[in-house]
Amino acid sequence: MPDTVIRAEGLGKRYLIGHRVHREGIFGEVVMRGARNVWRKGIDLLRGQSVIEGDVIEEFWALRDVNFTIRQGEVIGVIGHNGAGKTTLLKILSRIVEPTEGRVEITGRVASLLEVGTGFHPELTGRENIFLNGAILGMSQREVRARMDEIIDFSGIEKFLDTPVKRYSVGMYARLAFAVAAHLETEVLFVDEVLAVGDAEFQARCLNRMSKVANAGRTVLFVSHNMAAVSALTRRALVFRGGALSFDGPIQDAVAHYAESLSRMSVERDWGRGTNATLLEASILNADGHPSDRYEPGTPLRLRVVIETTGMPGMSLDVVLRDEHNLPIAYYSSSIFSAISLPSVGGRYVCTLALAPYFLASGQYCFDLMTNYNKYHGDHRVDNAVRFTVELCSPGGIPFDFSQSLGQGTQAMRLSAPLLFEPVPESAGGEALRG
Amino acid sequence: MSTSQAESARRLVLEAGGTDRQYWLDLWRYRELFFILAWRDVAVRYKQTVIGIAWAFLRPFLTMVVFTVVFGRIAKLPSEAGAPYAVMVFAGLLPWTLFSSVLGDAAASVVGNGQLVSKVYFPRMVIPLATMVVALIDFLVSLVILAALMLWYAVIPGWQILLLPVFVVLTLLAALGPAMWLAAMIVKFRDFRFVVPFVIQVGLYVSPVGFSATLVPEEWKLLYNLNPLVGIIDGFRWCILGGDSPIYLPGFALSMAVLGVLLWWGTRSFRRTERSFADLI
Repeated sequence: MPDTVIRAEGLGKRYLIGHRVHREGIFGEVVMRGARNVWRKGIDLLRGQSVIEGDVIEEFWALRDVNFTIRQGEVIGVIGHNGAGKTTLLKILSRIVEPTEGRVEITGRVASLLEVGTGFHPELTGRENIFLNGAILGMSQREVRARMDEIIDFSGIEKFLDTPVKRYSVGMYARLAFAVAAHLETEVLFVDEVLAVGDAEFQARCLNRMSKVANAGRTVLFVSHNMAAVSALTRRALVFRGGALSFDGPIQDAVAHYAESLSRMSVERDWGRGTNATLLEASILNADGHPSDRYEPGTPLRLRVVIETTGMPGMSLDVVLRDEHNLPIAYYSSSIFSAISLPSVGGRYVCTLALAPYFLASGQYCFDLMTNYNKYHGDHRVDNAVRFTVELCSPGGIPFDFSQSLGQGTQAMRLSAPLLFEPVPESAGGEALRG
Repeated sequence: MSTSQAESARRLVLEAGGTDRQYWLDLWRYRELFFILAWRDVAVRYKQTVIGIAWAFLRPFLTMVVFTVVFGRIAKLPSEAGAPYAVMVFAGLLPWTLFSSVLGDAAASVVGNGQLVSKVYFPRMVIPLATMVVALIDFLVSLVILAALMLWYAVIPGWQILLLPVFVVLTLLAALGPAMWLAAMIVKFRDFRFVVPFVIQVGLYVSPVGFSATLVPEEWKLLYNLNPLVGIIDGFRWCILGGDSPIYLPGFALSMAVLGVLLWWGTRSFRRTERSFADLI
């Protein structure tokens, strides 16, 4: 196919990562372990392999068996969780790292933006840094000079151009950096999460610029967590999960697929183990007592947790409720709030927490689960263990959806007594104000 | 534009262990980046210092004074061909300073520019190459001191001085080989960061910087020339002192051979590890 710009076949990237298994220990052990590590690193050095810190070395595939084709002029969104392999893909495509297996063919002049302001030098002035950054991004000096006015205009910091950038505020720095990046004009462009800088007005300008780039017939690969931005800019998306390409298709379907995989992830993730009490699985229960990922506001919020305990007395089960920005909004602890500990006979237990009804705003939520010893000493903690969605929040059946996205909080407050308006006598009110 | 069309027609294949045949062409394409990085290092070098570029005068000058006093006055070592000791020392100090600053800066350069290496592609060799420019500029400043010294002692150079640029290039190449190997090694094993200053410190005494290479006994001369700096410093003195201190040719040839091997070895090991720099840094 003549108009294929990027073709990836069986692409994979493996990393070796080291773990530190023992955190503490008696002095003798620590010395012995140190000696063993030095020995191992020495052997690595003689073999010419690189040094990996840690006691245990593990293979880790950041990307595996990825195949896709991108045609001339396509604008593609790349979405996925943290660590799903998006950035690794971009790094391979932009030649920063080499794939461990598979191959990619790219036609055309490529530029990548993994970060804005790469190579900015704090001692140099804004203007000097424009040249430096431009050259680093692959622009010729002629190109930079030709676009200088546009870049300065876009950044909106004309006044400070001859000040060293170390005197800049974070916002000014980001503006200048993005201004250079936004004027990068190559046939193929890879962009990593770089829009998350600057204030709202500047972000809007960046998005504008991005869509202009996207419409100019160039091929763009655009990584973002911002679903709104991705949906607005692209028509096709690649969804990554655990290093594999899990979906490739129209953007709407991709966003739906991503949301679904987000809720499934909690089940599939390895939760690890605690010392005395281990959380095994958990879910929300619906009114019929079946596991669900939906919660109906105003009904008891029922959380089912499977725990394995060694029978250690004084263990507590705690939960933290988080909103879609991952901010904690509520907390419950069995030992603190109810003076209840986990059973003191070892074994597996199913524990159902029936929490009092909430009128939660519509949107995404999740629970962090943890088992604690002696109220505060953490034993096993699973962040974002249970995810659930509130589809509609209309307390009292009102024809209105109170949503988290309104930015007015996560709970619809309810009246406990009728709302009354009692007239205040004219003179008395005046007195009170003056007093 | 014809260049961009030529580039767009270019197809890039990325795969494991794939050797890039266009590497040297790429290096040429990125020459602007080379100049910009070099310019950056030069522009930044004397920022926030009080006396600025005067440091480039002061350091070699003071070293020369110390060496002249220690080796010439106290140890009473003989100079070469009746030249003033200070001029002889400075003729040795010039290539040594150039060599050691290129070695030190270039070896540390890749790790020092880790931010770039992990975020953008370019032929990594641009980085150590660009650091040479800073050292070269300091070298040019030192040349002014040399000229002043020669005026002061009324030393008149012969036609040999015209060959000085050749030896300058040789000095750069001599430093570049080991520097590239060290730069690649430092990315992998940070241990080598501690090796570089040590090598430079020792190198100053095993190279004929503060004394004349003619002091080395005849039977050891060839062996001594295994140090490529010996040949180069001899060459510098030959140029500056006007042929009165002849080059020991077999030794010079050996020095150049060692230089060539080091350069080949440095380039090869740099090229081999370069592709994994971003993974390791």
